[in-house]
Amino acid sequence: MVRIRNPKDFWSGAMFVAVGVAALVLGSKYTLGSAARMGPGYFPRLLGILLVVLGAILALRALATDGERVPRFRWWPSVLVLGSVVVFGQIVQTVGLALSTVMLILVASAASREFRWKEAFVAGVALAALSVGVFIVGLKLALPIWPSFA
Amino acid sequence: MDVISHLALGFGVALTPINLLYALAGALLGTLIGVLPGIGPVATIAMLLPTTYALEPVSALIMLAGIYYGAQYGGSTTSILINMPGEVASAVTCLDGYQMARRGEAGAALTVAAVGSFIAGCVSTVLVAAFSPPLSTLALKFGPAEYFSLMVLGLIGSVVLAHGSLIKAIAMVVLGLLLGMVGTDVNSGVSRFDFGVSELTDGLGLVSIAMGLFGFAEIIGNLELGEKREVLSRKIKGFGLSRRQIRDAAPAVARGTAVGSVLGILPGGGAMLAAFASYSLEKKLARDPSQFGKGAIQGVAAPEAANNAGAQVGFIPLLTLGIPENAVMAMMVGAMTIHNIQPGPQVMTSNPDLFWGLIASMWVGNLMLIVLNLPLIGIWIRLLTVPYRMLYPAILLFCGIGVYSISNTSFDVSQTAFFGLIGVVFVKLACEPAPLLLGFVLGPMMEENLRRTLLLSRGDATVFLTRPLSAVLLAAAVLLVVFIALPNVRRRMGSEPS
Repeated sequence: MVRIRNPKDFWSGAMFVAVGVAALVLGSKYTLGSAARMGPGYFPRLLGILLVVLGAILALRALATDGERVPRFRWWPSVLVLGSVVVFGQIVQTVGLALSTVMLILVASAASREFRWKEAFVAGVALAALSVGVFIVGLKLALPIWPSFA
Repeated sequence: MDVISHLALGFGVALTPINLLYALAGALLGTLIGVLPGIGPVATIAMLLPTTYALEPVSALIMLAGIYYGAQYGGSTTSILINMPGEVASAVTCLDGYQMARRGEAGAALTVAAVGSFIAGCVSTVLVAAFSPPLSTLALKFGPAEYFSLMVLGLIGSVVLAHGSLIKAIAMVVLGLLLGMVGTDVNSGVSRFDFGVSELTDGLGLVSIAMGLFGFAEIIGNLELGEKREVLSRKIKGFGLSRRQIRDAAPAVARGTAVGSVLGILPGGGAMLAAFASYSLEKKLARDPSQFGKGAIQGVAAPEAANNAGAQVGFIPLLTLGIPENAVMAMMVGAMTIHNIQPGPQVMTSNPDLFWGLIASMWVGNLMLIVLNLPLIGIWIRLLTVPYRMLYPAILLFCGIGVYSISNTSFDVSQTAFFGLIGVVFVKLACEPAPLLLGFVLGPMMEENLRRTLLLSRGDATVFLTRPLSAVLLAAAVLLVVFIALPNVRRRMGSEPS
């Protein structure tokens, strides 16, 4: 059993190899052409091979050198922060900027350890007013303020 | 003299009321985000790119450039006052700046930082004006082979600053180049790596990648750490300098400016490397090196001058060669592209008002910063007392609105969140995202130049080595790799504060 002595480098290397292989597989359907007449598949294949080689060196070297552990992944902040933004993008056109803003601020704020929902709600309402003022009234973005079905 | 007439043209553009306003807006916004943790110039420029569609190109670029050097000023303020660099380039300023503040000399430290930055800014503006025309003329003679080799050098240069494994950083460049392949190939019309998603036929979004990797990932990182900041909220007074302080600081500013100007022009150079290098130079030259780290005024003056000079001189490769040398410059390429300006040596002749206006605006912006910043310091400090738990949701909101408004689709927003997740993984694995962003911007250009070179040479790759200029550029890239790979250089870079 080989021990991974440098986990950060090892998993980085594994990631690069995986992406490189994926690029080679997906890219295999594009015409390769020749060096003098490069097809759409030529440069991507070059890069794919390079990435696999670099990733493999990195991963193999990580077996021989010492390094730090990969820090634990805490899902909650990522889910709340990224989720709030994704949902915002999905609903802003139908629900309008005002309510979407309050939603985003409430959900995103919940990712903090010091979350206080009253404070977040007040901040959400204030920022909704501000963003409507700046982006719709000021910069004239084509976004509805209120839900379109209301 | 040519330089003077060119600068006169530039000031004519930069001093129009509307452009003054945008320079001011950029400089203030830059200072703001330099002071605030959790958002840097790359993410801010990404956030604002969509809103610049409607502006004149020169106004847009003036504002975005202002964000960059404004952030240098703001970053040094927090370095001095709370021992936390708002920007990486200001990390060195913490060492002596914070010690000065603890001794009650915060005012003097802030003055030295601001004046030093301003002097460096003036000198580097002249340098940019003087060196750009000859470099552009040279670059116009470049064929595709030279361009390809130049991009290789630029990309290798961008990994100079990466901590940790060199191979890892180069792999990040290659990953960025691959991401740049997504979308329609201009030559064959084939849509590559689009996973059947119609939005991807236009390629991945620069704004999404930059905002996700630099903005969202940092916010999530901060939340995971749950860091608390202490603010030095004592009243700051005494912005004046003693005669002795001026005597110590003046030569340090001059040396810092020189170091910053030289390192800034090198590919991969720029503000951060300049600051570190000039700090070690001051320490070597000092009569009493033991004072460094205990509040030596030279330790504030030199790196602050150097990082500002480096930041500004960094525009030379962008404006003359079209090659961005760091992540911020990559965003500037994006800004020029959305206004249909192809960055490169032809910009100076095809858009002289834009070219010289941008350069002149840097000087104007620096002047604004020094006039405004010292009086405004109280406001910046008060902003620091806004708790992070209220700050980051607002940043997310503005990012969300900004990215949505690019094309009014939720796709761009989801794409940004996706790269945010990738960015979190990169942070966990200690993979730095800046080289990836450069690779992404340069990917299509690199492919095009490689294609043209090999078409002209009928598939013979040795042309890169037989054309002298191309060979020199590639040799420089190889030397750079060897130099970085030297064990003692790597050890020193690893031990630097970051």
